Amino acid sequence: MTGHTARIANRSRGRALGRRVAAGFLYSLGLPFLLLVIWAVASTSSTNRFFPGPLTILEAFRETWIGPAFVDDVLPSLYRLALGIAASIVVGVAAGTLIGLFQWLRELLEPLLEFFRAIPPPVLIPVMMLLLGITDTMKVAVIVFGAVWPILLNTIDGVRSTDSVMSETADSFQITWWERLWFLVLPAASPRIMTGVRQGLSVALILMVISEMFASSAGLGYRIAYFQRNYLIAEMWSGILLLGLVGVLLAATFGVVERRVLRWYHGIREVNRA
Amino acid sequence: MPDRSTLLRVEHLRKVYESANGDVEAIGDISFTMRSGELVCIVGPSGCGKTTLLKCLAGLLRPTSGLVEMDGQPVTGPSPAMAVVFQEYGRSLYPWLTVRGNVELPLRHKRLSRAAREKLVTDAIEAVGLGHAGRSHPWQLSGGMQQRVAIARAIAYQPEVLIMDEPFAAVDAQTRADLEDLVRELHTTRGISVLFVTHDIDESVYLGERVLVLSASPTWVQEDLTVDLPAERDQISTRAMPRFTELRTHVYDQIQRAKRGQTVAP
Repeated sequence: MTGHTARIANRSRGRALGRRVAAGFLYSLGLPFLLLVIWAVASTSSTNRFFPGPLTILEAFRETWIGPAFVDDVLPSLYRLALGIAASIVVGVAAGTLIGLFQWLRELLEPLLEFFRAIPPPVLIPVMMLLLGITDTMKVAVIVFGAVWPILLNTIDGVRSTDSVMSETADSFQITWWERLWFLVLPAASPRIMTGVRQGLSVALILMVISEMFASSAGLGYRIAYFQRNYLIAEMWSGILLLGLVGVLLAATFGVVERRVLRWYHGIREVNRA
Repeated sequence: MPDRSTLLRVEHLRKVYESANGDVEAIGDISFTMRSGELVCIVGPSGCGKTTLLKCLAGLLRPTSGLVEMDGQPVTGPSPAMAVVFQEYGRSLYPWLTVRGNVELPLRHKRLSRAAREKLVTDAIEAVGLGHAGRSHPWQLSGGMQQRVAIARAIAYQPEVLIMDEPFAAVDAQTRADLEDLVRELHTTRGISVLFVTHDIDESVYLGERVLVLSASPTWVQEDLTVDLPAERDQISTRAMPRFTELRTHVYDQIQRAKRGQTVAP
């Protein structure tokens, strides 16, 4: 009897959840759809060849990117992007943790960090081309040089602001240096680290494109610049669309990882709100 | 003359905080001893340096002068013979670890087999009545339950003395009574030595076998009072005893005198 009612309750709760998800989906897609319609209407009445209609672009998208270009241009770009992000996170978190833990290191490096952070990474592309050649390494290095800063600086701040009572607890139980790092310092800094990573991701995407626009023979950035120079306008727009999709995918992946890593953090915030 | 059962010996402890605006003498001259298996409460007027004293005892703070000895060995830093339960349970437990994870963390560097460690953790969690909550995270529990986790972590560490810094100041009165009884129970059934710092006079008399009354800052021990209440205590009958009332009135008077500065250092 109770099992039966519970099942009904469950089913109706499931249905309510389904409705909510569907509503949210429609809601978030509503505005893009409206914009597409406005665009389609505007472009059919326009004779400007630089603004093709959405259907033309979708057609170009299918022809351009679904096929060999995916392997030749998209995958190498994504590969370099992934490598750049991974290297930025490793370097940023490792260096940030050390700098955050040791004050003398912080005092030693801070002016230098401020200087390097102020340099816009794209101006380093010619330098890196000289040093590393026109290679994948060069492009990854450019991505890292831009994306590492928010991660590094947020990690330093997060590590420095470890709670004093939590530290004293670790002291009083004589927790070892590694245990302290792994079970106290890094988890305590993780909300800040994730904020840094989120900022780093958008920088990395920008630099991925820019690094390919200089002296490159493959990649998303290269393709888009190529289409633009050859007046392949619909193809150029389709490349921009693809970049946008990559950005959305990146943000969604980050969201999933963030919710897992910071489950405790969101849990506390929920408890405090209630 | 030190005998074998002396657990903790404090002699002429003094702590001065140096600052740009002049030195502040937090602790003047504190001496006392504690025997193994005792439950000693330290009570004093607010701002009398209770927390400073406790941190000096636990090796978290270096005294300016004086001596702290644990089992005849001078205390120069945190020691495995002591475990501290802090007042701020919310900041002392790690929210990213589960209850079990929190209790287990200090045991990781002890040379224990995995089974022995697991057993200690399970035992401690059950001893504080949280056997069902091992997989929860601290922030999913009430304040009183969180402080139970902190106590479980301390007893799983198997210290010789449990040092508690106003542990129940932040929980409501009913939860507080339950936690007081938990401390009494751990003390009587497991023979754990407890040094309990509080600002609550009733709590100090109800819990303690001895009450050390501290003076106002710069602090010394104004009175070392033996609580001659029966070892078997409960919230209703013990607190209704005439002797309980006498003792609490006595301690209350002492603290009032300490606040007014009517006492003279020995």
